[in-house]
Amino acid sequence: MTNENDKYSHIKGWGVDADPDNAPAYPIKKEHADRHDSVWQRPPLQVSGTEILHSNERPYMTAVFGTTLPPSGLSGRLRRMAFRYSESKMQHWLSLLLADRINVIEGLIDDVRQRHIPNILAEKGWKAKWKYDRAGTIVNIAGTIGIAILALTWMAGKRRKRKE
Amino acid sequence: MLAMNYRGPRRVRASQKPYPKIEHPGDAIIKVTRSCICGSDLHLYHGMVPDTRVGTTFGHEFIGIVEETGASVQRLKVGDQVLVPFNIACGNCVFCKQELFGNCHESNPEATAVGGIFGYSHTAGGYDGGQAEYVRVPYADIGPVVIPEDLDHDDAVLLTDVVPTGYQAAEMGGIRKGDTVVVFGAGPVGIMAAKCAWLFGAGRVIVIDHLEYRLDFVRKYAQCEAYNFRSLSDPVLFLKRITGWLGADVCIDAVGADAAGNAVHTITGKKMMLQAGAATALHWAINSVKKGGTVSIVGVYGPTGNLIPIGNVVNKGITIRANQASVKRLLPRLIAHIRNGYLDPKAIITHRIPLAEVADAYHLFSAKLDNCIKPILIPH
Repeated sequence: MTNENDKYSHIKGWGVDADPDNAPAYPIKKEHADRHDSVWQRPPLQVSGTEILHSNERPYMTAVFGTTLPPSGLSGRLRRMAFRYSESKMQHWLSLLLADRINVIEGLIDDVRQRHIPNILAEKGWKAKWKYDRAGTIVNIAGTIGIAILALTWMAGKRRKRKE
Repeated sequence: MLAMNYRGPRRVRASQKPYPKIEHPGDAIIKVTRSCICGSDLHLYHGMVPDTRVGTTFGHEFIGIVEETGASVQRLKVGDQVLVPFNIACGNCVFCKQELFGNCHESNPEATAVGGIFGYSHTAGGYDGGQAEYVRVPYADIGPVVIPEDLDHDDAVLLTDVVPTGYQAAEMGGIRKGDTVVVFGAGPVGIMAAKCAWLFGAGRVIVIDHLEYRLDFVRKYAQCEAYNFRSLSDPVLFLKRITGWLGADVCIDAVGADAAGNAVHTITGKKMMLQAGAATALHWAINSVKKGGTVSIVGVYGPTGNLIPIGNVVNKGITIRANQASVKRLLPRLIAHIRNGYLDPKAIITHRIPLAEVADAYHLFSAKLDNCIKPILIPH
């Protein structure tokens, strides 16, 4: 044992938690007499007028919950539909992912409605990109301009052909 | 108040939001003083976590000052400096009684598989997170811990997730003296898992990643071996070769859904979303571990499913252990380790960025620019 400790003497604290009986969370669960109980003394229940979707794998709402961003619009409809399915069903998660993508468009529309034109480049962190990855930024910009020029040239060629 | 505001995949901004309210007698409002961006926030940022609604404020690693308390809060008072574990836990359900604070059944109505987590989508309860000037903290008598006077606040903020998660990753590995431990991922959690593996008596610690600057850092910080998988034609074969052809005793997946290194996983998991992220690290972990060994998973994956070699798990008799860290349960031990000089969490902090520049902070961390390991947002 002394040899082992000498071998790792350069590592501060080596082996201090080697005794599994003295580990704070091993094995993961702490033994508790009530571990088979499915009913417990519930905390006071949060009251809210906000629409909260809840998993159909539980019979009731949890005692607390977040009240941010209730479902709304088309994405909200999809989210409500998703919660008809259990967490085990792909329909549940794929509907939510689709709702998330639609929600991005709804977010842009909301921005415009509130007379806020989103600065998408700033939101994507281009200031940091320019500062720390200038070459990559230039390649990205050049690539985007190149693709735009190609697309415009192709469209102009098509229009010319149609006129002829 | 100023808060981080998610607008869509890879798009965030800092904007004004309403000040949070006490919504339950057990709530507290915390004035945030430091808030980290976690590697798992990047899964949200990349649009990989279902039910991440536009307008959400992320942030589950934060500390701050108690600004207001609900009627039933007894253990905290206004002005207390607290660290807030990322798990929202009631302390009384059947899971909390077993100190599975990451699996509370009274904090997340939207899903049963995961407990409530601050700022981690509606799949984790729909709570706003701590990348803001103020945040609502439910069950304030259960989770938050008053920061001891001798504890540096940079260490304290890392005790909300990174340090406990890294420690629990090593602990779940059931490491025995002399074991060879392989950690996949040299991000903040992987670095901490490598460091903690020694505390359990590991005989050899090996870290695998593809970012040289992080490998350099972990070599020095955790005094371990570190290899770049980009320079290896087959990381599993390499690990077999350097472990006497039998494999490691314990493998830790500290990467999760955003892994690089395998085109099939990247395309099906990250581009096409046909699986819950790229399970490359887990795949390698299962195939690199010794027969009868243990794979410990703390990398975050989505809720659908992943392509992993489950047949090898059976054939090799592997034990898989995984969970969200039970932060509250681990805190006393980890604070003692910091005091004793066994752990030095704050050394992994590389960037301090004002909350107003949150978009740049996310891009910097996501794109691994400027040798970023751990960025901290400063709201005030």
